[in-house]
Amino acid sequence: MSFTRESTIVFRRQIRMNLRNPAWVLIGIMQPVLYLVLFGPLLEPLVSSFGTGTDNAYTFLVPGLLVQLGMFGAFFAGFGLIGEWREGVIEAERVTPANRSALLVGRLMRDVSQLFVQAVILVALGYVMGLRGSFGGIVLGILITLIIGAACAAASNALALTTKSEDVMAPIINIVMMPVLLLSGILLPMTIGPEWLQNVSDLMPFKYVVDAVRDSFSGSFGTSSVLWGTVWAVVLAVLGTWWGTATFRKENA
Amino acid sequence: MIEARGLVQTFHTGRGKNAKEVRAVDGVDLDVAEGEVVGFLGPNGAGKTTTLRMLTTLLRPTAGTATVAGYDVVREPVQVRRSIGYVSQVGSTFSGAYAGDEVVDHGMLYGMSRADAVRRGQELFERLQLDGLWTRQPKNMSGGQKRRLDVVMGLIHDPTLVFLDEPTTGLDPQARANLWDHIGDLRARHGATVFLTTHYLDEADALADRILIIDQGRIVAADTADNLKAQVAGDLVDLEVAADDQVGLAAAKLGAIADGVETDGHHVRGRVGRAGRVVPGLLRELDAAGVTLDSIEVARPTLDDVFLTLTGRSLRDAEAGSEKDDDKEQVPA
Repeated sequence: MSFTRESTIVFRRQIRMNLRNPAWVLIGIMQPVLYLVLFGPLLEPLVSSFGTGTDNAYTFLVPGLLVQLGMFGAFFAGFGLIGEWREGVIEAERVTPANRSALLVGRLMRDVSQLFVQAVILVALGYVMGLRGSFGGIVLGILITLIIGAACAAASNALALTTKSEDVMAPIINIVMMPVLLLSGILLPMTIGPEWLQNVSDLMPFKYVVDAVRDSFSGSFGTSSVLWGTVWAVVLAVLGTWWGTATFRKENA
Repeated sequence: MIEARGLVQTFHTGRGKNAKEVRAVDGVDLDVAEGEVVGFLGPNGAGKTTTLRMLTTLLRPTAGTATVAGYDVVREPVQVRRSIGYVSQVGSTFSGAYAGDEVVDHGMLYGMSRADAVRRGQELFERLQLDGLWTRQPKNMSGGQKRRLDVVMGLIHDPTLVFLDEPTTGLDPQARANLWDHIGDLRARHGATVFLTTHYLDEADALADRILIIDQGRIVAADTADNLKAQVAGDLVDLEVAADDQVGLAAAKLGAIADGVETDGHHVRGRVGRAGRVVPGLLRELDAAGVTLDSIEVARPTLDDVFLTLTGRSLRDAEAGSEKDDDKEQVPA
């Protein structure tokens, strides 16, 4: 039996449950939408002073919000897994001959599809608010978002299966997310900060991803930011999937 | 069907100074023949679930070997999984999904086609009296229905060997009796070998051909229920004497034919070899001596008596004493 078939069975099961309760897809996108609507207007008079090559507040903000959606939305994917584990679903799947990596990959496929829907909604809404960018760039930007989303979803599923407790997982995610949010330049570019803060943010891989999506939206594909951001997204996705796979394969998980 | 030799599972608990190694399963040997229904009995924390998880490839043994359905659990786990069905005590379906969908997806993960999984699932729903519940969510099912749904999940791929972990824990007596019928059917109609863990003596007694008793990670007995009971010295005779001054006399008469006679208020108890043979004589003796009885009770030995004889503790005491090392707590580690 093929890996693809098993992943698809798991994926279809997950999607079916999501569709039965679509509220979660909308709740997941509420946060970036609120930022877009309530924070975006504050950037309008400021954005030209950022020196990021655009004077459109939404062309600046939406790429950041996309990456935020990819990271935060995906990081919460693991909570559902804890519920499934508690009800014995994971164990039941693990006594079938199905490849254990397929059990993870099927779930990642769900997370990435969900993220794709949310990303399209966010970009469309941004467009209504005044976002302008190259079509190809927006497609590439969403693609990078999906890669980083897969990385975070894999890490989240791994964390869920390691901690097996919402009470342990929620604070861990909070501790990780705060510096990521503040140092990635999602809401404001790091370049307007003092030198020490810029140096610290240079250590934050997600910053390069945000820069990459931003450049890509402005239509500058050839920049080193796009290259490095994509490289980082792929590296993180590989690491996340490796961690997730290891957790699902572990004999006594 | 199952052959295990020297199975060991150790867990590490505590940190720093408190760190210690717990041998949850400490050298288990067991054999189960094809077509047998075997009850795996022991108090909570004795190592039942841990042993089961090793046999079902969910947990890699720390030491020892096990062959299940002809395959080695460590080297050929996928073949083992293909051959066995597992009904876990925590359930197997998501509370918000449709029961039928869960069953079909589960079957498909075993490599069945959708059509086969649907057909087989509906057949099993009917057989386990779940007809009409195909689109019911498990959260809206009764405890008994949910447990039967777990059995359906475990049987969807027509396994030759079925593991049931504490199948009736938490069920009301009616649902329990009903599930017993279905477990009995597994072999009768399905030809499956059944391995079930339980900490209920009556359950092992009612369902199993043969009983394995595990205590503190070791198998302490393996035999039929009757043979195990025969190891206990006979049937318990309990006489309730009508008058205070006749208790001593009754105890003397019973003591002539029984072991370990004890008195407790108006009650005089002792164990005799075959109650049917000696009780009529005893009654004549008591009558002749002018002893009046309010009641007489004769009890066949229970598996609880067997457990007491084998381990020196009653099953209930063993359970109370092992709460700290409960293997349910160990499982998520």
